[in-house]
Amino acid sequence: MSRKATGGSPTEPAKPRPVSSHKHRGPALDFIGLDVLWLQITGTVCNIACRHCFITCGPKNFNHPFMDRDQVLTTLEAAKDSGVKEYYFTGGEPFMHPDLLFFIERTLEQGPLSILTNALLIDTITAGRLFELSQASEYSLDIRVSLDGTTAEENDPIRGKGTFQEILVGAANLLRAGLNPVFTVTTVHAQYEGGDGRTLFMEELRQRGFPRPRVKFIPPFHLGREAQRSGEYEESFRLSPGDLFPGEEEVLQCGSCRTVTANGVYPCPILIEEDGARMAGSLEASFGSIELNHPACATCHVEGFSCRT
Amino acid sequence: MGMKSREESRLDPMMTRPNDRVLDLRGGSSASRIALFGGIYNNYLALNAVLDDAVRAGAETVFFLGDAGGFGPHPDRSIEILRDRDIVSMQGNYDDSVGNGLDDCQCGYVDPRDNHYAQISYDYTFANTSQHHRDWLRELPTSIRLNLGSHRLLLAHGSPRRVNEFLWETTTSEPFIERLLDEQRADLVCVTHTGIPWQRRLATDPNRGVLNVGAIGRPANDGSLSVWYALVSIDESGDLRSELRSVAYDTERLAAEMRNEGLPDEFVETIETGWWTTCLEILPAKERAAGRF
Repeated sequence: MSRKATGGSPTEPAKPRPVSSHKHRGPALDFIGLDVLWLQITGTVCNIACRHCFITCGPKNFNHPFMDRDQVLTTLEAAKDSGVKEYYFTGGEPFMHPDLLFFIERTLEQGPLSILTNALLIDTITAGRLFELSQASEYSLDIRVSLDGTTAEENDPIRGKGTFQEILVGAANLLRAGLNPVFTVTTVHAQYEGGDGRTLFMEELRQRGFPRPRVKFIPPFHLGREAQRSGEYEESFRLSPGDLFPGEEEVLQCGSCRTVTANGVYPCPILIEEDGARMAGSLEASFGSIELNHPACATCHVEGFSCRT
Repeated sequence: MGMKSREESRLDPMMTRPNDRVLDLRGGSSASRIALFGGIYNNYLALNAVLDDAVRAGAETVFFLGDAGGFGPHPDRSIEILRDRDIVSMQGNYDDSVGNGLDDCQCGYVDPRDNHYAQISYDYTFANTSQHHRDWLRELPTSIRLNLGSHRLLLAHGSPRRVNEFLWETTTSEPFIERLLDEQRADLVCVTHTGIPWQRRLATDPNRGVLNVGAIGRPANDGSLSVWYALVSIDESGDLRSELRSVAYDTERLAAEMRNEGLPDEFVETIETGWWTTCLEILPAKERAAGRF
C-alpha cells in the first residue's frame, strides 16, 4: 500500500468527495495523510441510549454492527502501512465486544490507543487487565469515560437512571488499577462551559475521589438523538467555499483521519449515520480531499474542536 | 446551550503557519559532532550551563531549536547569549509570536488552565523583550537542514509539519515516524516543543528516527532539577549516534529571580521540585502518570 494520500492524477486532481448527499456546495479540505484512525468496534450498538448521542446508538441499533476479527485486523494492517500515528476505539460501547482486549493488545503493538466508553462494564478484573496491557506497551493507553454532570441529577436524565453511580464505579476501578481516565463531558449543562466551568467540574471530581482529574469537554453535535433533544442544525450553518482558514486541514481532524465501521470507511466518527457519508470499502480508497457540506462540520470549524484525546 | 455562529470561530489561523523559511546547511558543514537544544523559556542560567557542557563534550556546532521565551525571568538575557555565542538558531512558536507581536504564544494547548498559565508567561515575556531582539526572533528560519556524514538531518520546532505539533514518546508511533521521514526526505528529524526528551529509531533502519531534545528551560517532569539537551555524532562506522544529556544549573538563583519578577508560584515550584504544575492537560497518559500532578 502506498504511504501517499491518493488524490487523482497529477494533471487532473480528483474532485473533493462531499461528506453528505446534500446538494449544498461546501469548502474543500485537503487530506494530509492518515494520522488518526477511528474504529467503530461495536458500531451503533450500545448498552445505553443517551439522549444527547450524536448518532442513535442503543441496544437495538444495528445499523453498524460489531466489527469482526478479520475486519479489525485487516484495518490495523492497512493502518500500519499508511503510517497511522494514533488509534481510537469507539461505538456504541466498545466493552460489549467479546474480543476487545485482544484488539487492544494488538493495537498497542503498533501505536497509542484511546478507548471511548461509558465504563459501565469495567469491573475490577477488566480494569486490572487494561493496566497490564498498558504497562506492556511502549505507547499510551487512554480510557475516556463519558460523564455528563457531577451529580446524578445532572447526568442521569441524559445517560439513564442510575448511570451516574455506575459510571463512577467503573472509573474508580480504572483509577485503583493504575489508569487515570479522561472524563469526557458533553457541554449540555451551561455551568460547565468555559474555564470556570471546567475548574468547577474538576473540583467536583476531586471531591469524589479522583485526585488528579483529567477532563475533555465536547460540544453537542445536533445530529442523531441530540437533534431530537435540542433541535437540528439550521441550514445557515453549512460552510461554504472560502469559509476555511488557509491550512485548516492541519487543524480539523478530518484532514488527517478516517473512521472505519463494519460497513465501510467514513470521514469522521460524527457522520457515520448520515446519508452519503460512506466514502469507500477500504481505507486506501478513502484517501483524498473532502467537501465539508454537512452542517456538523461547522461545529468543528467554529469550536476549533477535535475528537482526539 | 445555543449553537455558535460561523463568524464566532475559535480556531486560530496562526496555528497553521507552515515551516517555510529553511536554513539549508547541507553544503557547508563538515561537523561530525553537534549539540541541539530547545525551549530556553528565559532560563539563561541553564543556557550557559548547557553551552559550557556542549563545548566540553566536543560539539563543533550548537543548534537552538526555538522557543527562547516563556516561563522564566529576564527574556533579553537568553537572547543576548544566543547572539553573542553565535548559536545557530531557529524559530519556535514563541519566537514567532514575540517577533510578530501576536496576542498569544501559539503553544497549541487546548485546556483552559493550560492556556491561563501560558498567557501569564507570554504576557511577561512579550513585555520584557526588547524591540531589537523581537526583530531578530521574527527573522529566524523555521527549519534547518544539514548533513552529518551521509545522514540527512532535519531540525524543526514541533514537527516538520507544524511549529506547534507535539511529538510525544508514547503517542508517536513507529509507522508514523517512518512516514514522516519519507515525506520529509530525512534520516533523523530533531524536534523540541514537548519539554520531555526521547528518541526512537526505526527497527528496520537504526540510522533513521526521531530525536526530541527536550527543553532546557524547565525540568522534564521527572523529579530531577536538571534539564536536557542532545549530542548527535557519527561513529567510526559512519553510523548516527545520539545521546540525551542531563545538565545541572543554579536553580536557587533562578527561583529567586522568578519570585522577584512576580512570576507565578506554580512556575517556581516546578524549578524547585522537578515536577510540572502547569501545562499538564496536554500530556499523554503515560507521561502524565509519570509526573506528580
